[in-house]
Amino acid sequence: MKRLVLKNALIIDSVRHREFKGDILIENCKIKKVAEEIEINDREETRTIDLEGKVVTPGMIDMHVHLREPGEENKETIATGTKAAAYGGFTAVACMPNTYPAADNEATIELIKRRAEEAGNCRVLPVGCLTKERQGEIMAEYGFLKDAGVVALSDDGNGVMNSEVMRHCMEYATLYDLPVLSHCEDENLAEGGQIHEGYYSTILGLQGIPAAAEEIMIARDIALAELTGARLHICHISTKGGVELVRRAKEKGLKVTAEAAPHHFSLSDQETASYNTATKVNPPLRSEEHIQAVIAGLKDGTIDVIASDHAPHSREEKEVEYPFAPFGISGVETCLAVSLHYLYHTGKLSLRQLVEKFTTGPASVLGINIAGIEEGSLAHLTVFDPELVKAVNLKNWHSLGQNTPYAGKNLKGWPVMTIVGGKITAESLT
Amino acid sequence: MGIKTKDLLGLKNISKEEIELILNTAESMEEIIYRDVKKLPTLRGKSVVSLFYEPSTRTRSSFELAGKYLGADTMNMGVSSSSVKKGETLIDTGRTLDAMGIDMVVIRHPAAGAPKLLGENIKARVINAGDGYHEHPTQALLDMYTMRKKFGELQGLTVAIIGDILHSRVVRSNIWGLTKMGAEVIVCGPPTLLPADIAATGVRVVTSFEDALRDADVIMMLRIQLERQQKGLFPSKREYAKMYGLNKETLSLAKKDAMVMHPGPINRGVEISPEVYESVQSVIDEQVTAGVAVRMALLYLMMGSDFEDEKASS
Repeated sequence: MKRLVLKNALIIDSVRHREFKGDILIENCKIKKVAEEIEINDREETRTIDLEGKVVTPGMIDMHVHLREPGEENKETIATGTKAAAYGGFTAVACMPNTYPAADNEATIELIKRRAEEAGNCRVLPVGCLTKERQGEIMAEYGFLKDAGVVALSDDGNGVMNSEVMRHCMEYATLYDLPVLSHCEDENLAEGGQIHEGYYSTILGLQGIPAAAEEIMIARDIALAELTGARLHICHISTKGGVELVRRAKEKGLKVTAEAAPHHFSLSDQETASYNTATKVNPPLRSEEHIQAVIAGLKDGTIDVIASDHAPHSREEKEVEYPFAPFGISGVETCLAVSLHYLYHTGKLSLRQLVEKFTTGPASVLGINIAGIEEGSLAHLTVFDPELVKAVNLKNWHSLGQNTPYAGKNLKGWPVMTIVGGKITAESLT
Repeated sequence: MGIKTKDLLGLKNISKEEIELILNTAESMEEIIYRDVKKLPTLRGKSVVSLFYEPSTRTRSSFELAGKYLGADTMNMGVSSSSVKKGETLIDTGRTLDAMGIDMVVIRHPAAGAPKLLGENIKARVINAGDGYHEHPTQALLDMYTMRKKFGELQGLTVAIIGDILHSRVVRSNIWGLTKMGAEVIVCGPPTLLPADIAATGVRVVTSFEDALRDADVIMMLRIQLERQQKGLFPSKREYAKMYGLNKETLSLAKKDAMVMHPGPINRGVEISPEVYESVQSVIDEQVTAGVAVRMALLYLMMGSDFEDEKASS
């Protein structure tokens, strides 16, 4: 097939700030034409898809996923994780460096890039380590990492507890203009914690993780961003106090951004009452007031990005006693759907605002250029059906990690097609 | 009528009527304990396995005797010497027991929620004998049995529970059970040992020992574990005993006929003085007897013919 024609779609071009109904012609990896109506005579070499009622946007980016390869291929591989991402509506993902070996060296970054290319499901933007082996002690080689192609630096699940080390990491990162993605958690305060500290931790007898454990480190990192001038990005923000701290940092004009994961605006700690280990995630599912604060932050722009924090685990690891199970939700496939269901269909965000959180939001945090929907640009496109109602079905699941608290839930609004460089990498049009 | 759910995981999700049924049944069971020949054929041919992932003296032997008095075959799975040591998961251990034709598993586990996980994955019925800081329903049932025996009814009683509320599964089960039966529960301890939002369970929360003692019909002292001090939750055994220790002087602040309880084992001279333990107000030994009676009642109700009928009708 030489050509692809997408017809009658609602095009929300968040890059060019346009919204209109029309057709798109894709040829040779690129968008050849965008117009109100496109007719192609050469039917033999053309596939025409009617997208009436569907939305086409610039390719969506999930800037926080764990692909687990190299090292933990029983949980996920780059091939399965990127396939899941494509079915989740993403044309690109940023993958975290908590692999084994850790992504603190060029060889690991090269391996990730090569495997991603072989799989061909979506683009993979590697994140490099902030410190060697994510130990929070010795700075990684940012220059070599940048040359190898990392888009950001992070120690992911580990925060850097030593403030002096963090200060120097942030200072040094400014040399390469790389954003620092921070997992904000005071390890001493959170130690041994299983779920959010509150009523449910009390009645379930599971040790709590207080909101303050996150807020303290967000406050510290913002202070260090002010001291060093570094680009600071707060990962998976989940607390009311944390959102307020970021809001004030932005008012001050600091280079601080933030992301929220879908489970932090859609599920409360009440879900943990089942002791279902799929609800065990870090930061934990919080109480209602924190959920409302995260939604308010998304609404007023304090939170720039929605990212899944996709953390797949194998069945044998999750089918154990709650305190023994690892933290994490396999979320890349439901990320957009959960957002449409809980933010768009509840009237919290407009479609356009929501699309920005997946496109221009992450692109600007990572400092990468993404193309608008216009003639001549590479065809990275996401297509979703905002009205499609479908249950989360593990039988049609692509990630190796089945650890989702949404299993069986009906969601309204689903990705239906993902196009990467003109090639359809996921399609579930009915 | 029997216990409606397959498993007894806690008192939060069972009804007042079920609690009453258990306590009433325990009354007729207690009488058996005092007999010369304590062996009934009621549960002959039934098998009970106790699966204890934590050390225990009274709960485990209490269940075992309860089963033996009723004629059941009871077996102890020594977790430290079994396949668990070889890395077998809880679910797989459960499947193994199921395959051996076990009727009932009594489980104690350091992880909250473990009995639920086991129960969901096996056919045998499960009784929670204590999971993490979650629940210890049979302890609360024996506590309520002991209170009811003395006061006639639980409705209107004020029960003060003192000590390490944060790490106590006994407290949580007692809160659900007692409030369901119409008693008032006061929890008392230093702020570091009070869990978040505990008031939302319907209890009164106080930090002053005197305030807790003043209105109490029942004073339940909890064991203080010394590892809590190492974690920095209170400064010293000495200060704890001074602030929250029950001795002759502090007991005099309470009602004259207030009943003194303790789930055991006791730290003599820390949370409770030897004089108070041995005083007429203490029912700590009666609690142990009640434990056997209540567990007999549960084994009977959960393994007796009632359950078979229920199964046939459902």
